Amino acid sequence: MRDVAIVSFAQAPNRRRELRNEVEILMPVVQEAVARSGIERPFDFTCSGSSDFLQGQPFAFVIALDAAGAWPPIPESHVEMDGAWALYEAWVKIQSGQAETALVYAFGKSSPGDLPEVLATQLDPYVLAPLWPDAVSLAALQARAWMEKTGATARDLAAIAVRSRRDAKSNPNATVSGDAEIEKLLAAPAIADPLRAHDCPPVCDGAAAIVLAAGERARKACARPAWIRGIDHRIEPHSLGARDLSVSVSTQLAGEKAGAGRGAVDVAELHAPFTHQEAILREALGLGEGVRVNPSGGALCANPMMTAGLIRIGEAASRIMDGSARRAVAHATSGPCLQQNLVCVLEGA
Amino acid sequence: MTEERKPVTNIKTPMRLEFRYSAGEATSRFLRGIGQGKILGQRCPSCRKVYVPPRGSCPRCAVPTAEEVELSDKGTITTFAIVRVPSENIDVPLPFASVHVLLDGADIPFFSVVQECPVDEIRIGMRVEAVWVPKQELASTLASIRYFQPSGEPDVPFEKLAEHL
Repeated sequence: MRDVAIVSFAQAPNRRRELRNEVEILMPVVQEAVARSGIERPFDFTCSGSSDFLQGQPFAFVIALDAAGAWPPIPESHVEMDGAWALYEAWVKIQSGQAETALVYAFGKSSPGDLPEVLATQLDPYVLAPLWPDAVSLAALQARAWMEKTGATARDLAAIAVRSRRDAKSNPNATVSGDAEIEKLLAAPAIADPLRAHDCPPVCDGAAAIVLAAGERARKACARPAWIRGIDHRIEPHSLGARDLSVSVSTQLAGEKAGAGRGAVDVAELHAPFTHQEAILREALGLGEGVRVNPSGGALCANPMMTAGLIRIGEAASRIMDGSARRAVAHATSGPCLQQNLVCVLEGA
Repeated sequence: MTEERKPVTNIKTPMRLEFRYSAGEATSRFLRGIGQGKILGQRCPSCRKVYVPPRGSCPRCAVPTAEEVELSDKGTITTFAIVRVPSENIDVPLPFASVHVLLDGADIPFFSVVQECPVDEIRIGMRVEAVWVPKQELASTLASIRYFQPSGEPDVPFEKLAEHL
């Protein structure tokens, strides 16, 4: 396998309602990531992740290319998924020897629509989507199954929200942060029982960009590159009824293939938009109590769709690049109830 | 065919999603300008090209465009098509000309339709001017420009438009 590393990362502030267009949001983020890498455009490959359904604007992903500097025409690709999968495609491109450098970016503008309703359109169009189960209700089905199985309580879930919001205080890009009192959180009514507001992510708009480089190019671009030592992704059946929602088999397998357990993990950034999902993911990845999880505050505090997974990889890489971690695990999810999962293992050397 | 083997040929699954679209900063400024009877573009700080309608960025240089430029509502046809099939969405009599108009002061052409001119007289290089709705009806929408019509000025030679075709 070729040595490929993340050499820079940038993200936009995650706002509840962003009035700028997708290029206006992305361009400063791409510029920051590119400038930090010191690599001159054009990149050998560019790959992005986004979904036009979110903002209800067809071909927003093509318009967004303006932010990347796509003239003369560049080799590029797009995934209708979280940008973490765009990063995977770029990594494969570099592994195959077709590129030495790659720009990866993602954006999500959910505020123009009703996100839980929009997400219902990704379900089976004949027998499930017509019933309009919204994304929060589906997550609640999963939370209930997990709580019944493990004996976990609403208080256990609220503790995850309290820790995440406290950690998000040091993240200037977070949408939600602060010192929350567990009793106050628990006193709030349920949105979709057993989930309360603090168990769910804020709906927000955002963007992120990462620069990848191989071997010497990476060493030149960054004092301490975050080397990708393993990356894998797995998907579970489309039918929610065909899955055991209380576990994440796809995360477990992706983690094993990526080699998450092959060494001590200093920090993990888990893409868990709902509190109970963090617990499911920790178990799937075998992360013990000693592992620092989501020091950024995680997706519970900023969950720009199609972007929050790439941000997890960027946040984990940042811990490597700033020298505060030696080995990190990043995770991204896509689809309802942790349907599809990607695990990326990053090391400083 | 027995009942069990008949194909299910139709199911009804009504679907409705509503969006509150935001045009972005640059396009919002452009639309507000249209509401005042002005056409506003933006100049790229790097290649100096003027974009209209502006999107806040130069797609060639990948840099933000902040400098606002007020453009003339007169321009030159850089290419055209004669439309002879009706469209529910375009309320002008057939046949009509869809055109690219290079507004004076702009570097990329602007899409519109030409009226008040027999279609066989439409040509590349022809000078045209915008026909706006009455002042009291101006609003932040491109419908404020009803169409373009010939301005009567002499044609612009083809060579001068080469870059914009």
